[in-house]
Amino acid sequence: MDTPIIEFDRVSKIYSSGGGPITALHDVSLRIAAGEFVALIGPSGCGKSTLMRLIGDLEQPSGGSVRVKSKTPEQARRDRDYGIVFQAPVLYDWRTVSRNVELPLEIMGRPKEQRRERALSLLRLVGLGDFADAYPHQLSGGMQQRAAIARALSFEPSILLMDEPFGALDEITRERMQLELLNIWSGANPRPTVIFVTHSIPEAVFLADRVVVMSPRPGRVQRVIPVDLSRPRTYETREDPRFFALVTEVRECLRTAE
Amino acid sequence: MASDAPRFVPGEAPTGAVRAIARRALPALGVVTLLLCCWEGAKLLFAIPDQRLPHLGAIVETMLSRTQGGSGNLLVVQMLANAWATFRIAFGGFAIGTGLGLLLAVIFLQAPVLERGLLPYVIGSQTVPILAIAPMVVVGLGRIGAPGWAARVVVAAYLTFFPVTIGMLRGLRSASPESLSLMRSYAANPAQTFWKLRLPASLPYLFTSLKIAASASVIGAIVAELPAGAREGIGVMILNAAQFYNSRPPALYLAILIAGLLGVAFYCLVALAEYLVVGRRGRARPG
Repeated sequence: MDTPIIEFDRVSKIYSSGGGPITALHDVSLRIAAGEFVALIGPSGCGKSTLMRLIGDLEQPSGGSVRVKSKTPEQARRDRDYGIVFQAPVLYDWRTVSRNVELPLEIMGRPKEQRRERALSLLRLVGLGDFADAYPHQLSGGMQQRAAIARALSFEPSILLMDEPFGALDEITRERMQLELLNIWSGANPRPTVIFVTHSIPEAVFLADRVVVMSPRPGRVQRVIPVDLSRPRTYETREDPRFFALVTEVRECLRTAE
Repeated sequence: MASDAPRFVPGEAPTGAVRAIARRALPALGVVTLLLCCWEGAKLLFAIPDQRLPHLGAIVETMLSRTQGGSGNLLVVQMLANAWATFRIAFGGFAIGTGLGLLLAVIFLQAPVLERGLLPYVIGSQTVPILAIAPMVVVGLGRIGAPGWAARVVVAAYLTFFPVTIGMLRGLRSASPESLSLMRSYAANPAQTFWKLRLPASLPYLFTSLKIAASASVIGAIVAELPAGAREGIGVMILNAAQFYNSRPPALYLAILIAGLLGVAFYCLVALAEYLVVGRRGRARPG
């Protein structure tokens, strides 16, 4: 692997709680290449969200080091290297959809016309071109999440952190959103690095270049499984025998991780 | 897109607003009618004498009678003039109390230490009956030569700032951890986080507080009229009507009715402001 964009070196994270310290992550080392799509999977409490939050400087490690583009996560955050998408869309309900997408650009002090233009082109990209001036509550859950993705992409961050972004959607919407995400991702230039937290095995395999399987208590990297399915991935990918083999492999790995 | 069927229909708003007003006004009218029926029904059923509960007709009659001496205006006109005098004081107190409440909320948000230190006194201040506070304020301000209306404004403000402080503080803290994390990921500075996230998120909470504060300020203004020796106002009017209750019971009921209507009118004013400011979000939020 050439120079990694994200590098974990023997990272641990310990929370202090009323009942004594809780080790959320133990001795995690991981290297992620630029432009790579990496899925983090594991049962609840395996620290996969914590891992993502350490990258994004939303939390600090208790031990070891995290480097992002050879910088500290804090420096990378100040340089606006991250776009974040949570499980909830977290759109500001007093802003129209397009003004939500413009928000990061507004904070970064971009001129008004440029913001609006960028928001409209992104909304067209995610299929919300007709809803720029609607308010978030007027959209369905899937549409809201698309707006959230557009917002995360608005300032062209080099890293996209996604914490179970499709976790609240129904299965049908979810599969369509996975395809759309891949289309957006592969269409972007330069292609962002994606860290995608999920607890859906087929979702991880369908989307990722590599699936990082984590085990709980304390959270560790159990195994990293490369996904050798060709791109672009389509609806047919999910019927590929190789897809099933990989899903089975991840599932087995998760079971032995207990 | 099929399962993502949009719920957004452009151009729906105007008729929606009319319908919303009708939806609110009709039940209110229904309740008023019901109350009026209960009033007359109770009088008939329990044979309550006019001295204790006058007929509605008698109240209307009193309303349209001329005042003795002075201007000779209709009584209702005179009472409305008194209500206007009270409203001016209440509004002044409301404005000052709201400003103070907002200031305290922002200070408490920035410095939780101050919140822990000061909040008990703020709460304590509201536990002391306003009837005990009002004369102290009047005497205190009178001693330093302040005009009589100033004391009344201060008492109204005293009752107003508390709900605003509490509601606004809650509102400023209502932004979800994720929405704050987003701001952090954009490397937003504290001022941007305040103006673009915390403040707009707090508005529904603020308006809920303002509605409570509006009626509280009217109560403050009325109560303060008594020790302040005001010459006009609803408090003065109620006191007068009570003195002459034996000879003219309907006047007191009328005064009370007008006091209530003033509170409702003030509330509606705040609700209108709310509609203009946050109504377009189109969704009721907890508050």
